[in-house]
Amino acid sequence: MTLNIIVTAKQVMDPETPATAYRVDREKKRVDSDPSARIAPVINGFDENGVEAALRIKDALKDVKVTVLSAGAAFTMDVMKKALSMGSDEMVLVQDPALENISDSTITAKVLAAAVKKIGSFDLIITGRQASDWDNAQVPLGLAELLGVPCIPLTRKVDVKDRQVVCERVTGNVHEVISAQLPAVVTVSNELGTPRYPTLRNIMAAARKQPTIWSLGDLGLSAAALAPKLKMLDLFIPKKQSQCEMITGEDEADAGKNLALKLREAKLV
Amino acid sequence: MADRQGVLVIGEVANGKLNPSSTEMLAHGRKLADSLKEPLSIALLGQDLGAAPKEAIAFGADKVHAVTDPLLKEYQVDAYLAAITKVAQQHTPRVVLLAKGPIGSEVGPRLAFRLDTAVIQDCLEVRIDAEKKLVGNRPVYGGNCMATITSLGEPMMAIVRPKTGDPLARNDSRHGEVVAFSPRLEASVIKSRVVERVEKAQEGVRLEDAAIVVSGGRGLGSAAPFTNEIKDLADLLGAAIGASRAVVDSGWISHDHQVGLTGKTIAPNLYIMVGISGASQHMAGCSAAKVIVAINRDSDAVIFNDARYGVAGDWKKVLPAFIQQIRAMK
Ligand SMILES: Cc1cc2nc3c(=O)[nH]c(=O)nc-3n(C[C@H](O)[C@H](O)[C@H](O)COP(=O)(O)OP(=O)(O)OC[C@H]3O[C@@H](n4cnc5c(N)ncnc54)[C@H](O)[C@@H]3O)c2cc1C
Ligand SMILES: Nc1ncnc2c1ncn2[C@@H]1O[C@H](COP(=O)(O)O)[C@@H](O)[C@H]1O
Repeated sequence: MTLNIIVTAKQVMDPETPATAYRVDREKKRVDSDPSARIAPVINGFDENGVEAALRIKDALKDVKVTVLSAGAAFTMDVMKKALSMGSDEMVLVQDPALENISDSTITAKVLAAAVKKIGSFDLIITGRQASDWDNAQVPLGLAELLGVPCIPLTRKVDVKDRQVVCERVTGNVHEVISAQLPAVVTVSNELGTPRYPTLRNIMAAARKQPTIWSLGDLGLSAAALAPKLKMLDLFIPKKQSQCEMITGEDEADAGKNLALKLREAKLV
Repeated sequence: MADRQGVLVIGEVANGKLNPSSTEMLAHGRKLADSLKEPLSIALLGQDLGAAPKEAIAFGADKVHAVTDPLLKEYQVDAYLAAITKVAQQHTPRVVLLAKGPIGSEVGPRLAFRLDTAVIQDCLEVRIDAEKKLVGNRPVYGGNCMATITSLGEPMMAIVRPKTGDPLARNDSRHGEVVAFSPRLEASVIKSRVVERVEKAQEGVRLEDAAIVVSGGRGLGSAAPFTNEIKDLADLLGAAIGASRAVVDSGWISHDHQVGLTGKTIAPNLYIMVGISGASQHMAGCSAAKVIVAINRDSDAVIFNDARYGVAGDWKKVLPAFIQQIRAMK
């Protein structure tokens, strides 16, 4: 029997954007980048780890279908298609103007849960540990609650055996192996390892695939069902005042020595 | 809802002792409760809570919900959630606070969904406004931006970052009430199982508690300095060793050394950073450091905006001389 895996993936502004390129629209409570910096959107890094986790299960078990699911107001198709070029089978995009700049995880989780139900059967949902825009780390936990299934967060290895998902995770000094009955939600972190590069064959196959696109109406979701639970009052870029004293010397070694003397003078060492 | 009242901290207990992050949450909670003029309570969960309830009162709680059940012996999310949901439903707090960490970050959002409300994630600061609404200040976009967020749901909930406030001074003569509660959990609530659990012995000083931390980044070029120069310096200063994610992803040192947004939060008196660029996601884990010292080859590196003292130079030349001088001064 085919194992159905859904991987959630969010399109975000490249989080490695240099700090100086960030701009904030204080009225709209929206983060943007300096247009001249030409920051490209990317798939949230931890979600690429999620796609990789799903494809490793597919490599091992073969009879596996991987569906990528995303929700947003607008998508850059070249960016989202990477998830297909890596080797995923299908893609479902929930695209609706009402999903513009949503930072309230309760809304996103409800939308994704409705989409999962419309997709129909699933055995495993793999998500990233957090989306690098609002850093909420809540949507997967909400998905698990709304779908009434177990959730194993922050994993670095995901295997499926006999209708069980078996995960490794490390928190602090503790290394754990945790298992749960399918269906289940797991979240992955970067320790899972580098996501694979798309092969030429998969890029060609992905080019021919058309994502399924649904609106909120298609999911039967009304505005009332998506009433916000949080309100953003302000959004701003914190001011930093540099007060760095640069320590120099005759050469770099001398500067190192002077640094030690400085720290002693300041009673820090 | 008019009858919601008070502030409830979800506490954490280990070996019959209150977790340090819980004493910090009690200090945050005390401030909120005082501005609401309502009581501060804490829920403690376990099979045996030892001296933790008394400790919680000494650190500021008015009331302790001592929640005991055989299924709460070890932390298991489903059992914890089932028990805490019962406490929250019975006592209808106005505000619920949890500490960011393996437990709070897992329990907080799930409890919020179960109660059909939302939690403000990763707050550096929480307060009550004139309308008795909870307001949190939190970093977003990897720490590049800050958001001020208020709750529209009930109860109003926040997850607060550790090391954002000092615990109150312990006062063992403070009065408070301990209320025992048996949630009578059914084993069937438990949906995930720990198959294996290995706790690595702590080598040297714990990163989160260290007074001095020496960290290395991608600029070190290889794993070798972590067992040579960085280790020598850390040993000399009695410091813990930290690292950037770039270094951890490269496998130069194990993941438990990572400092940052998705690593550990540290608050040392002195933080020495070698070959780390100062990306906001790294700085998110060390913003509470008192003094930052940076050694970086690039005089334009953003880390020099956060550092108090800096050397623009190649660590291969700067660090040995720095170590030698520190040794000479011992
Ligand atoms: C969602 C998300 C979460 C993240 N979480 C974390 C986190 O928790 N912790 C974390 O650290 N990062 C995190 N990151 C990654 C972060 O954005 C940076 O990529 C990372 O911190 C960079 O590490 P680095 O400074 O070691 O490497 P680089 O940015 O490559 O910097 C290397 C520095 O070394 C200097 N250098 C090079 N050679 C020398 C030399 N010979 N002598 C002296 N200096 C030299 C260079 O000038 C440069 O400044 C996260 C990213 C994302 C998207
Ligand atoms: N709009 C979205 N579309 C698809 N997946 C999402 C979306 N928002 C969040 N997720 C998933 O949930 C994870 C955690 O996101 P968050 O809770 O927003 O930090 C992400 O890594 C994604 O896998």
